[in-house]
Amino acid sequence: MYDFDWSSIPGALPFLWQGMKISLAITAIAIAAGIAWGTALAVMRLSPAQSLSLFAAGYVSLFRSVPLVMVLLWFFLIVPQLLRDVLHLSHATDLRLASAMVAFALFEAAYYSEIMRAGIQSVPKGQRSAALALGMTPLQAMWFVILPQAFRNMVPLLLTQAIILFQDTSLVYVSALADFFGAAYKVGDRDGRLVELLLFAGAVYFVLCSVASAFVRVLRRRVAA
Amino acid sequence: MDFRIFFSPVPTGDTTYLGWLLAGLRTTIALSLSSWIIALALGTVLGILRTVPNRALRAIAGAYVEVFRNVPLLAQLFIWYFVVPEIAPFGRRFKEIDPFLQQFLASMFCLALFTAARVCEQVRAGIESLPRGQKNAGLALGLTLPQTYRYVLLPMAARLIVPPLTSEMLNIFKNSAVCSTIGLLELTAQGRQLVDYTAHAYESFLAVTILYLVVNAAILIVMRVVEGRARVPGYLGSRN
Repeated sequence: MYDFDWSSIPGALPFLWQGMKISLAITAIAIAAGIAWGTALAVMRLSPAQSLSLFAAGYVSLFRSVPLVMVLLWFFLIVPQLLRDVLHLSHATDLRLASAMVAFALFEAAYYSEIMRAGIQSVPKGQRSAALALGMTPLQAMWFVILPQAFRNMVPLLLTQAIILFQDTSLVYVSALADFFGAAYKVGDRDGRLVELLLFAGAVYFVLCSVASAFVRVLRRRVAA
Repeated sequence: MDFRIFFSPVPTGDTTYLGWLLAGLRTTIALSLSSWIIALALGTVLGILRTVPNRALRAIAGAYVEVFRNVPLLAQLFIWYFVVPEIAPFGRRFKEIDPFLQQFLASMFCLALFTAARVCEQVRAGIESLPRGQKNAGLALGLTLPQTYRYVLLPMAARLIVPPLTSEMLNIFKNSAVCSTIGLLELTAQGRQLVDYTAHAYESFLAVTILYLVVNAAILIVMRVVEGRARVPGYLGSRN
């Protein structure tokens, strides 16, 4: 039988909290930028301009066909080079966090755009006609009338996607960036206590995500009511 | 960009770099297919349990879904690969088998059990989307509950959930890239190995990405045909 020894966890808590802050920062940036860019993509997708619609459709299906791990590897390769060239940074600057944020924002935008597209399509046609009849331009109708309602209808789905996103941030492991999971792995590896640290990390994710999912369920019932 | 690199021999000389990528692709496909079959079988059983009258069975299936949906795939994979062999009774024998097989089995169980939770929810949604009258009619005709599931509910539900299952199939294929983190030499890992050996990062990643896109498109094309055949007349468009 395996001898569990949880003693290395209390001392590692500050380090793990540092990691959790990185996970949360990536999640927050990716949610904000992902929803903004995703909404823009959804509007483009539904616009009468064929070139915009084609671009958005291509973007979404490209990002949805490639594994997230592969997208992350691409961005860890390209973004640092690009940023260094543009901003004239030295090679010592650690750009992995910035790369991860850009990668998650662009990747998640493809998923958010599908949710927002469904949201826009869930708004009755009469809303748009009424806005246009009042003299609004199509963009004004979108911004002031349709999007607020679409957003409201889709809040539960957007939050569910945010929970998935939070779980997916653990994949920054491929760049050795110490997010919460990476930090737990490092501590476990250092102390020879991988079993305990991995179980602990899994349990923390489980508690956080279950609480968040329960919250979304309550919210969904309220939106539906 | 220099794509001739794929045709130069690897250091051991027994194949080309392209051969490495194709070997990785084979592993990715074998892994996705085997875990998909397990996920489908287990997910169907769990999905049925989610809808039966027995409260305890429903709770067990519900707990399974909660656990496997709320822990990141990467954490689950590491637990299967690093933790389970340490604490399980068969662990010592597991650690004696071929390393590739260890990685493959851990990856397969991880992807299968992770995806089973998602298949379970689709099966449940399929069964619940059927009108209540279907089940009642089956029972009223004198069928037992298992017979009602077997002859009335499941044949209908199976046809209704083909489209969402297609996207789960695509997911399991994309998620298999996560298994590169434990050293399994599937497609992504071969791509990274190519970068280490040749320093041609752009070419390698481009080739790997294209291979993913091709397989993805192939699955989509096959599943479109299946979806067309499985479509229930009269239900057209009623479910997405």
